[in-house]
Amino acid sequence: MIVVRRPRDEEELAALVREASGHGAPLAIEGGGTRRGLGRPVNAGITVSVGALNGITLYEPAEMVIGALAGTPLAEIEAALAEKGQMLGFEPPDHRRLYGSTGAPTIGAVAAGNLSGSRRLWGGACRDSLIGVRFVNGLGEIVKSGGRVMKNVTGLDLVKLQAGAWGTLGALTEVTFKVVPRPEVTRTLVLEGLSEAQAIEAMSAAVGSPFEMTGAAHLPVSAGGMSRTLLRIEGFAFSVTYRAEALAGLLKPFGVTGSLPETEADTLWRDISDGAVLAEPRDRAIWRLSVKPGAAASAVASIRTRREVAAAYDWAGGLIWLATDESDDAGAEVIRKAARQARGHATLVRGSEGLRARVAVFEPEPAPIAALNRRIKAGFDPEGLINPGKMHAGL
Amino acid sequence: MGAIAFPTPQADILARRESLVAGLARLLPAECLITSEDERRAYETDAFTAYRRVPMAVALPRTTAEVSAVLAFCHAEGVPVVPRGAGTSLAGGAIPQEDAVVIGVSKMNRILEIDYANRFARVEAGVTNLAITSAVSAEGFFYAPDPSSQLACTIGGNIGMNSGGAHCLKYGVTTNNILGVTLVLVDGTVVEIGGEAMDAPGYDLLGLVCGSEGQLGIITEATVRILRAAEGARPVLFGFPTSEQAGQAVAAIIAAGIVPVAMEFMDKPAIEICEAFAKAGYPMDVEALLIIEVEGSDPEMDATLARIVAIAREHGVKTVRESKSAMETAAIWKGRKSAFGATGRIADYICMDGTIPTGQLPYVLRRIDEIVKHHGLRVANVFHAGDGNLHPLILYNVNDPGEAEKAEEAGNDILKLCVEVGGCLTGEHGVGIEKRDLMHHQFNRVDLQQQLRVRAAFDAQWILNPAKVFPLDGRAA
Repeated sequence: MIVVRRPRDEEELAALVREASGHGAPLAIEGGGTRRGLGRPVNAGITVSVGALNGITLYEPAEMVIGALAGTPLAEIEAALAEKGQMLGFEPPDHRRLYGSTGAPTIGAVAAGNLSGSRRLWGGACRDSLIGVRFVNGLGEIVKSGGRVMKNVTGLDLVKLQAGAWGTLGALTEVTFKVVPRPEVTRTLVLEGLSEAQAIEAMSAAVGSPFEMTGAAHLPVSAGGMSRTLLRIEGFAFSVTYRAEALAGLLKPFGVTGSLPETEADTLWRDISDGAVLAEPRDRAIWRLSVKPGAAASAVASIRTRREVAAAYDWAGGLIWLATDESDDAGAEVIRKAARQARGHATLVRGSEGLRARVAVFEPEPAPIAALNRRIKAGFDPEGLINPGKMHAGL
Repeated sequence: MGAIAFPTPQADILARRESLVAGLARLLPAECLITSEDERRAYETDAFTAYRRVPMAVALPRTTAEVSAVLAFCHAEGVPVVPRGAGTSLAGGAIPQEDAVVIGVSKMNRILEIDYANRFARVEAGVTNLAITSAVSAEGFFYAPDPSSQLACTIGGNIGMNSGGAHCLKYGVTTNNILGVTLVLVDGTVVEIGGEAMDAPGYDLLGLVCGSEGQLGIITEATVRILRAAEGARPVLFGFPTSEQAGQAVAAIIAAGIVPVAMEFMDKPAIEICEAFAKAGYPMDVEALLIIEVEGSDPEMDATLARIVAIAREHGVKTVRESKSAMETAAIWKGRKSAFGATGRIADYICMDGTIPTGQLPYVLRRIDEIVKHHGLRVANVFHAGDGNLHPLILYNVNDPGEAEKAEEAGNDILKLCVEVGGCLTGEHGVGIEKRDLMHHQFNRVDLQQQLRVRAAFDAQWILNPAKVFPLDGRAA
């Protein structure tokens, strides 16, 4: 039976870890519990929910910085920012539709997973906006790194190390982000009927222009429809109007660009960022491939020669979402080989517990990197108490 | 000066110098190994010139394989290694020690690949920052981080220190603009971290290596993100009667949802020094100057600047001067970018590099003035206003040992002040030896021990740049 503990503050969380150390009992760390389907199953008898560590601890709009306890709902952060005309610059995804989960996604999990949506193309990843963390390591110590200022090179950057470590290097207790202004206007241009290869070319041309794409995605043909290539431009109205026209001119060789109504576009970008476009049917495995953008279409084409997959492209091709059935290894070997050929890697972001136990969820690592990572893990959590095995066996 | 301690050179290493040099000579051709005292002396310091130590030997390998061979040798022999780019560190990050081998990447200066469609360039570590932009500018691209030393400093050094620059308000610092590196670990193992994709798998080792000051390995190649440049860029000069008003204008611009590509602040002494040198037409009758640069097409820049000018007027701006030509733009930036060099013409100086929450600006400027006056010295302030990164230049006379010591003390007091108000010891120059002994002011013992354990995962024997970053006491993790 799994026991759930809800420490009321950082000190209690640290005490919990020290107690676990006494018993050699591993802990699974959880925020809102909306992403239980991601990662290798963690074999821990105790789940530590950071949900009670809740609240914005710092918000200085003029300094473009916000800090919050790890269990603060993402929605609360976004609402506070919206009130001052600001937002997180990396469009953090909400994965409830992907996993069919309930609960409230938390800001700590966004940081721990380095979770970024479509705007990552222009605004950088979550890890680029994360400027400070506090966490409890496997020794039950409270550690801080970074801070509240956006330029800081004091000491080793443990902030980056925590972003994307999925809690295996400690339980985050507080995170601080730099933020950006909300755009006055958003415009989404659309090209219809492009092949995947043409779409990659069109997106490359757009992103290589001076017009600052904050989104570049391609949704291949779905039942009865035409493929759609989406390009998003944001900013002040005068600037967006100018750039949208200039971009349409630039993309003439690819056809006539239309413009999506704003509400439809917002929904679509939300669906893409959240991974909802491929969420149904629910029994399929979902992969996320990070590749050299220009190699995306050929990577998917080579996978299709071996396996039936549905694909969607984001980040101008730099991110590929794939859905495929769970048979055999859910395509792990074929998909990882294609990703490596495209100079990237693949992560199994959704799969049954059985699949996640038998197939590597995160990209297998070359021996010297794996050895380095094990030594780093030991430096944070020598007894392997916190989220053991969530990313890789023994990590 | 001399308040900063170096570890005592290890006598057993000094005693083996001859055999160690012979060992290096078996790994490198003669033109890649510097052993004579005269030539080694050229590597005795970096841009933190108050401290000097002549290294035992200087290796200038040409390839990753040669770096690997030299590192493996030094590791096996237990000899400290000091990595070096162009030696422009203002924090003493590349200052050697007598029992160390300097490994310089200056001979590794080729641009290996440029891929516009995928927006990256792959370069060797010794390529200069500006050379990357120069190589891609004909196609309208650029590499974003632009430290003032960009003409000389190398990308390897930039990654080591996570360098910033004037334009990082919009484009971020080095860590936000690097996609991958080839890193040689202390035992000579070569690993590839990241690459041509936007995200790398596993722990963010790339983020960890950025700004690690040569303590985790030696970077031999980097894949950097290149960006398509905006259609145009235009700086505007704003002169304010007080620093407070300039600071309020910056806050109001950000509150209006405008993020200019750069917002640079100079106080009156800095204005006078820079104007005397660059003849940029800076106003002399104001207490504070802002250089604000916007980007885009001409109509976009006109509209954005109109908004910024209106905000500046609401905050009592005295002088507004828009650049009307490329020459004027260059002159405006020349003044700011030569601030350090121009200061060096009138006095010796040490350049500080703390970051503060921007809301604390008026208080911090007042306190800096008090601190420096208390030590009987003068100060000029230049400052990245958008992100709170301060560069007080403390002026002193190098031939007066008393003044030099006072300057160092004043600098330390200023950095402690930065930490006190919620900022940090260094925004973009790095810790090096300069701020090493102040680390206790920013981090407690637990924080530092955590960093040391991460360091130990890479270099348990303290071979790599050992006298830097971490206070010499309390190192046993």
